[in-house]
Amino acid sequence: MIMAKAKPLEEILSYLEGFQRILVLGCNGCVAVCEAGGLKEAEVLASALRIQNMQAGDRRDIQELSLTRQCDKEYLAELKDKMDNYDAVVSLACGAGVQFMAEMYTEKPIFPGVDTCFIGVTEEQGVWTERCQACGQCILAETGGICPIMRCAKRMMNGPCGGSEKGKCEISVLVGRDVDCGWHLIFERLKKLGQIGRFAEPALDKDWTLSRDGGPRLIIREDVRP
Amino acid sequence: MRLSYPTNIRIIKVPCTGRVAIIHLLKAFEKGADGVFVAGCLEGDCHYQSGNLRAKKRVAYARRLLASIGVDPERLAMYNLSAGMGPRFAEIAREMTAKIRELGPFLQPSGRTAAPQATAA
Amino acid sequence: MKETITPSRLEKILAAGHWAVTSECGPPRDGRPEIIEKKADLIGDYVDAINVTDNQTAVVRQCSLAACIRIKLKGLEPVLQMVTRDRNRIALQSDLLGAASYGIHNVLCLTGDHQRFGDHASSTNVFDMDSTRLIQTVKMMRDDGRLLSGHEMHEGRPQMFIGAAENPFADPFEIRVMRLAKKVKAGAQFIQTQCIYNMPKFKLWMKLLRDEGLHEKVAILAGLTPMKNVGMAKYMKNRVPGIDVPDDIIKRLAGVPKEKQADEGIQICLEQIEELKQEEGIRGFHVMAIEWEEKVPEIVERAGLYPRPSVN
Ligand code: SF4
Repeated sequence: MIMAKAKPLEEILSYLEGFQRILVLGCNGCVAVCEAGGLKEAEVLASALRIQNMQAGDRRDIQELSLTRQCDKEYLAELKDKMDNYDAVVSLACGAGVQFMAEMYTEKPIFPGVDTCFIGVTEEQGVWTERCQACGQCILAETGGICPIMRCAKRMMNGPCGGSEKGKCEISVLVGRDVDCGWHLIFERLKKLGQIGRFAEPALDKDWTLSRDGGPRLIIREDVRP
Repeated sequence: MRLSYPTNIRIIKVPCTGRVAIIHLLKAFEKGADGVFVAGCLEGDCHYQSGNLRAKKRVAYARRLLASIGVDPERLAMYNLSAGMGPRFAEIAREMTAKIRELGPFLQPSGRTAAPQATAA
Repeated sequence: MKETITPSRLEKILAAGHWAVTSECGPPRDGRPEIIEKKADLIGDYVDAINVTDNQTAVVRQCSLAACIRIKLKGLEPVLQMVTRDRNRIALQSDLLGAASYGIHNVLCLTGDHQRFGDHASSTNVFDMDSTRLIQTVKMMRDDGRLLSGHEMHEGRPQMFIGAAENPFADPFEIRVMRLAKKVKAGAQFIQTQCIYNMPKFKLWMKLLRDEGLHEKVAILAGLTPMKNVGMAKYMKNRVPGIDVPDDIIKRLAGVPKEKQADEGIQICLEQIEELKQEEGIRGFHVMAIEWEEKVPEIVERAGLYPRPSVN
């Protein structure tokens, strides 16, 4: 899923200066799972904004709502009749949701309420880690099911580099926590799978046109189009 | 046993402090409380294992939230005591009320004023 | 004398069966022209080729290519270090062509330290390819006269002796020889190793690569960095990833008075060279005296590697 993290309240407050009627809009998709932008978080943010507002002696109208998803037009459309009641929206969806809102409601400022971080997994309650960078051409079949593009700090295709130490990546000392060396993991996994031979051949260049570097990407499926 | 604790306290009973969510703490302030304290069981004594520990983390989080919107985080606190410690409860209530009185009303005179109030959950 | 395929002096020295001696110079963090020239003057007579580091540890410095050109114009032999961290395949190939135009005949292909080590920790990285693929790219440009795009060069192919680095002390150890084999397969002709302090581990690595016959396919230059003092030894042990400093080295340095530690560091280095001369497959020495270039002549001389042979 897409993982996100709440933005500091101070930052959100700075966007909202001068707006009177504010909607805090949660999304019940990914960001609800990682407890950054679901209904629960929208309620907390709206409440905090109201308290701030009371303290400042302002008379802003701050409300909250949460949609099933903000990355689908049909759910965004649920707001059609309500949008006139607001001057600005703080969307707690991922970056895609924030932008989709802005595309549908072009007259209203839509501010992000979370920082969208990565595609990842829930390690345990309260701990989320990255797994995929959506490079557009999955090579997991070659690398024992562990992605070097994402797990290797240098995106190496022929790792591990000379900085790998006791299973940890060379950047561990810099980020202040143990980061697994992706290539060490790949090596151990290939060994288990009896596929160590994959190491012998130098890997070819990756085609980055399928990634960010190819410009905004799209998928068209004629078979499922109406 | 008759205990005297300040009458301006509203007690909201919950089965376990683990049930107290951040939104409940904030709502109390929204509704006009000048201070809030959560009275949980002694650490290690939670009937549901770790309800009070979770409450502790949420209180800490909510205190940070309050600080970031300019509210003195001292207005929110967590205490641990057992059900048999009535006098201790009264003492905490007095302590908290005194502290909140010192901080003054949550809303400045220009806004809504209220007598110092504390809410205990 | 074995046959050579490039005009590289380093290649010729090795082909003639001499010990090769290389060293490295780090360019300055400003635009002064004289720094690299002074360093090159200091060591030029004592080595066969001078590596020029490429923004090492991700700290911005004068570019490796420009500094190599300066060295080349002085009549000395540079080794162009190239990391894949900062340039994509367009820029890497372009710089290789530029180097070729100045007759730079040695290249050391590296992936490079992560940018978070350096002075621009918040910058982005490129890593369009890694060291292994860079080796292949240079080989393709040289031998097939092609760019990665397929574009054919009818003239002006880079004539480069291709090198790579290898760190026998990184983990997992069992992969190190495999990875070396991969670099050799990709086209590496010489290897400069990470600096060696753990001799038993290094010798084990040498044995394993000999078992694979790799010592006959690639020239191994043993990397050596003399310790200036015990503080440096401890720093290398604890803070520099992939460097293995055994405790007895630290003890030995700590055992002499502070003002004698530098001499002791050089002494250790000389003993290592003597020991490594006996190791089958070692074809030369890469002396990296970090910001201590003035000591290179002394080390080379005392190790019995001076004067350098002339080849043509
Ligand atoms: S230590 Fe491992 S994960 Fe880190 S950059 Fe090197 S190969 Fe990649």
